[in-house]
Amino acid sequence: MEYLSLIIGALFTQNFVMVKFLGICPFLGVSKKINTAAGMGMAVTFVMAVASAITYLVNLILGSRFEYLQTIVFILIIAGLVQFVEMFVKKSMPSLYNALGIYLPLITTNCAVLGVALLNVQNGYDFIQSVLYGTFAALGFTMAIVIFAGIRENIDEADIPKSFRGFPIALVTAGLMAIAFMGFSGFSI
Amino acid sequence: MNKNLKVIANGIINENPTFVQLLGMCPTLAVTTSLKNGIGMGLSATAVLVASNVLISLLRKLIPEKVRIAAYIVIIATFVTIIDLLLKAFLPSLADQLGIFIPLIVVNCIILARAEAFASKNTVGKSALDGLGMGLGFTCALILISAVREFLGAGTLFDIKVYGDIITPPAIVTMAPGGFIVLGSLIALINHIAAKRKAGDK
Repeated sequence: MEYLSLIIGALFTQNFVMVKFLGICPFLGVSKKINTAAGMGMAVTFVMAVASAITYLVNLILGSRFEYLQTIVFILIIAGLVQFVEMFVKKSMPSLYNALGIYLPLITTNCAVLGVALLNVQNGYDFIQSVLYGTFAALGFTMAIVIFAGIRENIDEADIPKSFRGFPIALVTAGLMAIAFMGFSGFSI
Repeated sequence: MNKNLKVIANGIINENPTFVQLLGMCPTLAVTTSLKNGIGMGLSATAVLVASNVLISLLRKLIPEKVRIAAYIVIIATFVTIIDLLLKAFLPSLADQLGIFIPLIVVNCIILARAEAFASKNTVGKSALDGLGMGLGFTCALILISAVREFLGAGTLFDIKVYGDIITPPAIVTMAPGGFIVLGSLIALINHIAAKRKAGDK
């Protein structure tokens, strides 16, 4: 039951993109096509799940004595993981690799990944909770980016005032989506 | 115009990291609920940006090409940790409000982008100025956004009541949806002004 409410929270009520403002860069940058958005979501999900597990274990080693090293150590772990994912995607899915372009190495600087590692520590989650939170927060990110990409594919065909074209209308759309996500607030099990 | 001033002005206006380059969107949206938070975040990021630009520029001939990104990230993370500890010690209430977004300055794309695009190729003095300009550009953008959001959403500016008693301010502006919509509208407005000025030049 406790795990279920953690999952619901990570997916909906505390959605990383729409409520917590984490991972906005790829959310806006790689959301022009549904396929690339889904691919980005998968890559981020993998990195976030594994990063949650590793950072939890490393944080045990750091303890309270080396707490000040947290940020530096976490970001290095994430950078290493992303490098690994990049090599894997390049070999096994070259078309996705080309579509993601610069945004693949930039997962390192996706604040959702470092954010989830820091939040796990801040909330005092144990190992299972950390991995669950990381995985489902990432799935929440994937859900948001795929829905958003679906909407943006249609926006391209609409007649939009000149100064709103491109980024501004995308942001306003995201705002309307965020209103929809507010409907989940207060929802708990 | 003075050459040094030009570098700074470039960061604030022509290549404003938020409104023109659209970098660093997460903190831009997350902390701009009040002017105080916006300024706190802007100045913290500026401090990290200037310090990391200077150090990276000093080390630019020593860092091997292949591991440069990792090296930059470690340098940036070090400065962010310093700022994080300083804020916790001297401005605990601000540190509380900004919360997780202080350590997340590490992954603010503006800082890594300037390290890669500018500090790794230019002299120390120039890099410091560039960091200052970009940092102030980021700060100005945060001030503008947070002023609009605090004014519309809470009816206050710097926590001083402006119109809150007369009508109830729409709180949604300070919540997540308001962040997206205000930023989108501001960028549209700036695009509009830029397009008009360009048409005027011709």
